Amino acid sequence: MNNALLVVLVASGVAYGTPLLFAALGELLAERSGVLNLGVEGMMLVGAVMGFWTVQRVHANTGLTLALAVLVAALAGTTMAAIHAFLVITLRANQIVSGLALTIFAGAAGLSSYLGNDLNVADQPASHSFHALLPSGMQSLPVVGPILFAQNILVYVSWLCVIAVGLYLSRSRPGLNVRAVGESPAAADTMGINVTAYRYAHTLAGGAFAGVAGATITLAITPQWVNGITGGAGWIAIALVIFAFWRPELCLVGAYFFGALQALAPQLQARNINLGPTVLWTNSLPYVMTVLVLVVVSSGTARRRLGAPSALGTAYVREEH
Amino acid sequence: MAATAAVSMRGITKRFPGVVANDRVDFEATAGEVHALLGENGAGKTTLSHVLTGLYHPDEGEIDLFGERVAFASPRDAIDAGVCMVHQQFRLVERFTVAENLVLGDRRGAGRRFRIDPRAVASQVHELGERYHLPVDANAHVWQLSVGEQQRVEILNALYQDARVLILDEPTAVLTPEEADTLFATLREIAGEGRTVIFISHKLHEVLAVSDRVTVLRAGKWIATVPTAGATPQSLAALMIGHDVESAHRTPHELDGGDVLEVQDLWADGDRGAAAVKGVSLTLKAGEVVAVAGVAGNGQRELADAIAGVRPSTRGSIRVAGRPLKRGDVRAAFDAGIRYVPQDRLGTGVSPSLSIAMNLELRSYRESSLGPFLRLRRMRTRADKAIKDFDIRAPGPEAPAANLSGGNLQKVVIAREFAGEMKVLIAASPTRGLDVSAVATVHSYLLEAAAKGTAVLLLSEDLDEILALNDRIVVMYEGHLSEVVDRESIEEIGLRMAGETPPASAPAAAGA
Repeated sequence: MNNALLVVLVASGVAYGTPLLFAALGELLAERSGVLNLGVEGMMLVGAVMGFWTVQRVHANTGLTLALAVLVAALAGTTMAAIHAFLVITLRANQIVSGLALTIFAGAAGLSSYLGNDLNVADQPASHSFHALLPSGMQSLPVVGPILFAQNILVYVSWLCVIAVGLYLSRSRPGLNVRAVGESPAAADTMGINVTAYRYAHTLAGGAFAGVAGATITLAITPQWVNGITGGAGWIAIALVIFAFWRPELCLVGAYFFGALQALAPQLQARNINLGPTVLWTNSLPYVMTVLVLVVVSSGTARRRLGAPSALGTAYVREEH
Repeated sequence: MAATAAVSMRGITKRFPGVVANDRVDFEATAGEVHALLGENGAGKTTLSHVLTGLYHPDEGEIDLFGERVAFASPRDAIDAGVCMVHQQFRLVERFTVAENLVLGDRRGAGRRFRIDPRAVASQVHELGERYHLPVDANAHVWQLSVGEQQRVEILNALYQDARVLILDEPTAVLTPEEADTLFATLREIAGEGRTVIFISHKLHEVLAVSDRVTVLRAGKWIATVPTAGATPQSLAALMIGHDVESAHRTPHELDGGDVLEVQDLWADGDRGAAAVKGVSLTLKAGEVVAVAGVAGNGQRELADAIAGVRPSTRGSIRVAGRPLKRGDVRAAFDAGIRYVPQDRLGTGVSPSLSIAMNLELRSYRESSLGPFLRLRRMRTRADKAIKDFDIRAPGPEAPAANLSGGNLQKVVIAREFAGEMKVLIAASPTRGLDVSAVATVHSYLLEAAAKGTAVLLLSEDLDEILALNDRIVVMYEGHLSEVVDRESIEEIGLRMAGETPPASAPAAAGA
């Protein structure tokens, strides 16, 4: 029963969807503060390579090493996000341009690739990696076993993150403030909310999430570092935020859906089911998403219709002249 | 008068590059009074209030609040000290509920905790609303509210934060006369509790209606502070302007010309795609001035755009001198003799980065071009002439339009539009934001056009302007026009602006 196609798809959807979910949650936080970050793909790659580098170089017990690796990945993502934050918040550069530049700079032909070669971590098996956490008795339960109990700890952490981000935004004072900053920075400023600080904090948090998302790929899914390993997952994550109407719980649903799509082609192949060129369209998905994201974020009308934060993509200048 | 003033500002100077917005201004207001801050646009009223609310930092001068020296670093400091301002552009988060907006600024009650519960605020909002006659639904989202209701939320917000000094910047600009009267009653009540209300306006009758004392500013300087009781519109105007300005006035007279502009059942969409003009019919005779009154956002802009061809109408017909006009064709409208002074003069009226000379040719470049080439020397000569004829104060014809003041910018637009055979002139809020002498100039051009047989359609939110310049008044409300029967009756115009039909004239209105 646990080998039924649907169960396997959902289970791998959860596994493959987790990096998407982390990245989307981070992007959601940044966008709710009004900062659009198209550099997610690049930040994920840097997080992926730095996380992987940590497990290859640190010689401690597995748990400690992995925790350290996730931390390093988060820091790497944060550092990348800091560049974006400085450019678009302090220097008020165009957010689309800065984000794209970041992805190109850090991307498969840039920084992450350089780091991978220079640190000499490419194409090696991981010394430590994330494995299913719960006892195997639970994992073999019908249906819920593979889907819910055969996952690694990052999956459970991501669920906590969804709940935390959801409650933070809807029920906490700083959450209300950040929504105000993303909707109407002028109103927030008048009410004494530090627009710049909130934007920095959430953009950096977004970078940390993206870094962890990258590490999830290299430490739990593959687990190894290959140049350009994210394969457009960053773009799917940005698209997810849009399709989820900037709501964390919907990000989870979307992430698992796209995760399952990624697993679809290999699973069909393994079962000798031929549905025509399935691989073609699941593999082209990231590119389609990239185009879609760019179209939606550049069109003010489309953004408004979908319910994007009103000040998304715009720098805030206090009216003092 | 109380011993210590609630607000005492002394020697406030605030400079911006090239301008001294406030020049050693003194201002004092006591607790429990409504104090009007009167002055023309650009007199420094808003700057002074921004200094008081911490948005600007004064270059010189000191501020005492209830006897204590204060120096606000930000609006938040001012709010914490009890100084709240209702800005012309509301500072509300549109996608939040009323309660969420109130929590946002709250630093004492429900908003201080990490966990927030906007519902807890709702009952307090309701209570406050009852007490000050500011009814508003606390759970409604701000974008669902009318402009008048949003203003109520702003005032409630200030009261919720227990403002001791409440500043309102031109609060009536977005209100109907009735709503304004209600606001005045509320302000009196707030002042009656011992709070200080500072009411910024350039409208004399409002200042006289609501305030206890008036401080007049002119050109950034303090001119006088007088009790309202002894003041008259004339005395205040003299203080405000510094000299007498002859204001234009039109006495209705016989119109012998034929129908020049005939609009039949015109429909047009607003920017958001919903119908904004809903079946408007209107006829203008040669030399006639028809004034369209109404609160902003009732379809006036869309109506003007549609007639000028800037916005395609969705239904109905427009005829100029009997000939039908192609819808949404600016050039056809211009060629038929329609001239347009749009409301947004910097954005739509001119191309800000182009020179004055270029802007003057935007309509007629085809006449002065040589094939694909512009004849620059001829354009320059024509611009020099226009600058002289229309008294445009500018460094020269090559100066970018963006550098001009509002009045001179409007003269550039008028100079351009008045070229050629002008059959219909549409002027949308042509004097908004202009100082008194520029207003008089613009008015004189409108009247001059009418005297030459042009049909003038004047759309304005300024009731004084409407009353001064018209042969007929119509009121636009939610996309419909209604004819005002008694063109002297502010009451009737006000009722129609609020969408009501005055009982006495109901049959006549039905026939119109």
